[in-house]
Amino acid sequence: MTGSILFEAIVFLLGAIICVSIAKKLGLSSVIGYLLAGVLIGPYVLGFIGKEGEDILHFAEFGVVVMLFLIGLEIEPKNFWNMRKTILGMGGLQVGGTMLLSYILFALLGFDWKVALVISMAVALSSTAIAMQTIKEKGLMNTTFGSSSFSILLFQDIIVIFMLGFIPLLSNTDDNASAEKHSEHANLLETLPIGFQTLAIILSVVLIIIAGRYLIVPMLRKVAKTGVRELLIAAALLIVFSISFLMEYVGISPALGAFLGGVVLSNSEFKHELESTLEPFKNLLLGLFFMAVGASINFIVIANSPLEIGGVLIAIVVIKAFILFVTGRVFKLKLDQKLLLTFSLAQIGEFAFVLLSFAFGLNILSQDQMDMMLVITALSMSLTPIIGIINERFILPKIGTKESIKRPTDHIAKSQKIILVGFGHFGNTIGRFLRSHGVEATILDHDSNRVDFLRKMGFEVYYGDATRLDLLESAGIAEAKIIICATNKIEVSKAISKIVKEKYPHVEMMIRTKNRYDAYELLNLGHENIYRESLETSLTLAKDVLSRMGFRKYTLNRQVQNFIKYDEDSLRRLASEPKQEDNYIFKARKELEQQEKFLNEDFKRGIVDFDSHWDSEHIRKVLEKTKEE
Amino acid sequence: MKKILVLFSHPKFEKSRANTALVNHIKDIEGVTFHDLYERYPDFNIDVSAEKKLLNAHDIIIWHHPFYWYSCPPLMKQWIDMVLEFGWAYGPNGNALQTKTCLNVITTGGSRKVYCSEGSNSFTVRQFLRPFEQTANLCGMQYLPPFAVMETHKLSDSDLSNYALKYVELITLLKQSLSNSDCEGFSFINDIPKLNTP
Repeated sequence: MTGSILFEAIVFLLGAIICVSIAKKLGLSSVIGYLLAGVLIGPYVLGFIGKEGEDILHFAEFGVVVMLFLIGLEIEPKNFWNMRKTILGMGGLQVGGTMLLSYILFALLGFDWKVALVISMAVALSSTAIAMQTIKEKGLMNTTFGSSSFSILLFQDIIVIFMLGFIPLLSNTDDNASAEKHSEHANLLETLPIGFQTLAIILSVVLIIIAGRYLIVPMLRKVAKTGVRELLIAAALLIVFSISFLMEYVGISPALGAFLGGVVLSNSEFKHELESTLEPFKNLLLGLFFMAVGASINFIVIANSPLEIGGVLIAIVVIKAFILFVTGRVFKLKLDQKLLLTFSLAQIGEFAFVLLSFAFGLNILSQDQMDMMLVITALSMSLTPIIGIINERFILPKIGTKESIKRPTDHIAKSQKIILVGFGHFGNTIGRFLRSHGVEATILDHDSNRVDFLRKMGFEVYYGDATRLDLLESAGIAEAKIIICATNKIEVSKAISKIVKEKYPHVEMMIRTKNRYDAYELLNLGHENIYRESLETSLTLAKDVLSRMGFRKYTLNRQVQNFIKYDEDSLRRLASEPKQEDNYIFKARKELEQQEKFLNEDFKRGIVDFDSHWDSEHIRKVLEKTKEE
Repeated sequence: MKKILVLFSHPKFEKSRANTALVNHIKDIEGVTFHDLYERYPDFNIDVSAEKKLLNAHDIIIWHHPFYWYSCPPLMKQWIDMVLEFGWAYGPNGNALQTKTCLNVITTGGSRKVYCSEGSNSFTVRQFLRPFEQTANLCGMQYLPPFAVMETHKLSDSDLSNYALKYVELITLLKQSLSNSDCEGFSFINDIPKLNTP
């Protein structure tokens, strides 16, 4: 369309901002928003982006590399070693099974065996970008579903190396032509015998591990010492770039190398720093990647043979889903976890683009075959979030409401229903205390492992997103007396509060908040029962400090109670003060100003300005005064 | 019509048959403010200024409590300690409570018989209540004899409801007007003629 980089950047950014915010407003995953943006700006709708979309795709794949680096950071080497069985077992089963079935499919469709084999390889791989992004977005990384998906994807990252090594053997063109086209993908080692290649790969992995310990960490320390923040960003990018470069050089997937690098650095003190530094890059690059996928959907190919493409697409997704379900079954995943796994990895992944164009370069695939497969790949990726939504909204809730064992409760508990949203550390304590009084709260949680455990313990638990009206309704919001929001996500609490206020105003809400700013918002939304987690625990600690310094405990106890009362009052006072709405940038400064105000007021209040009734000194003073008069 | 403030203190109200019966009968009467101290101040952190406001708004103060170890439960004593402030309830300029009337409503396990010099408790209920009486005196309040529900463990449900009805009657009398002269010669307000006319 136009050569200007700036123009392209504007198109991409604008597309992302508009489509993703619309998707989020509709409660959809951001992936859908990006894909849609890609389709819109792509060559077949608005036509802002033409053929260069493919280059962008290639560039944006770097987002996947950064993402795997970040995932690696969260997995300590010990845990990684513990996962080896799941990686090999689940991954092997998934890739093997999918390849077999899709090979049969394509062979039956009359494709040449070589073509069928290459396509089945491409089909077996899933999209790390889409699956991991969704898993992270929903906070499901620590579930069995999360780790199973991750294991499978990791196995695919490894197996793709072998696939890339294997495909040239299928090439039946004469060597010259092949070598010529091949050179695009050439790397250092292709001219070397297989033994050396393996050796080089092992060496480079070892190199990453050693460099992580003895080169990268000392470098990061030096950089941190300078105190220049952007240097750390540069260093973080440098690490990821160098690892990717090295890996591409020896012919391994850069994503895999980046993952290894992440694992090596996961024990270092820079873990969180690196995470927060690279996170925005990852998100933007992945967004770009999804947009590029959307833009690469070739609608002409679809229009030419819609039935064929639709049929193959459905067949592939069904095969992948079936194998994933079987894999989940073999590894004894819970039904809901199994379904999540089935639906979130049922697409063809970004590696397919690489494999297919590689095979095309080797004349194994024809132009038509490649075009068709590329379209199917992009479509299957776009389909994933939609299938995910169907699963989440219509299938899981049905499983999530499986019957639970009823326990006898006394009449208070029976007659009044309590709903508890979130059973993490905070909600857990609430639930235990309620239960010790025979009050069985109905629990809503989105961690299905926890849900499963709680069901075993006899709790009435519903699995899923508590901001959905239908889930709240099936949990019995209509007859509830109180709903407790114990989740640490204020957004969730706010969403629930909106629903409850609107549809079930008789239900009393009790809400946990992290800090006073969340509390202000909720107060202004008309909620009175707000529990700041940062208030009472810290005062208890402070009380113990003062007690060790010689203050009397009872006085301190009363001071704490007074402080809480005073703080709650000032909270309500300040909440009603007019504010410049949501002025994000000034928030930090305002926070400091308020702290200062509080500290001054506290100081003025003095230590013991009350309890004069127990203070004979006070009485003596007054009596002396009256005598003088 | 006089306004009555019932300061009720019971640390285990939910287990008390006698007090449940008494309270259920009187708490919703018009002109009566039933103030459940253990429910309002579970942390003993009494809001002194709120309590003073309540006192100002009423004419008759009833300390309603079980008789524990010959006295009131601790929160009641805490209330007395904290609310009846020097310079407000007593001492120089401490005349906020003058012209008000005050009495104890108590439940006891022991019978009247054990509360006398020959009985196992050695002293009478009135003797044990002296600190309350003098507290009222110091604050310039008129102190009436106590309304007592005794031997609570032995009382049947109908006995209890009779007591409760009598408590209601007492409240009605207090609302109109009842003074020390009506109680002359009686240790318990239960026995005064005005309460026992058919």
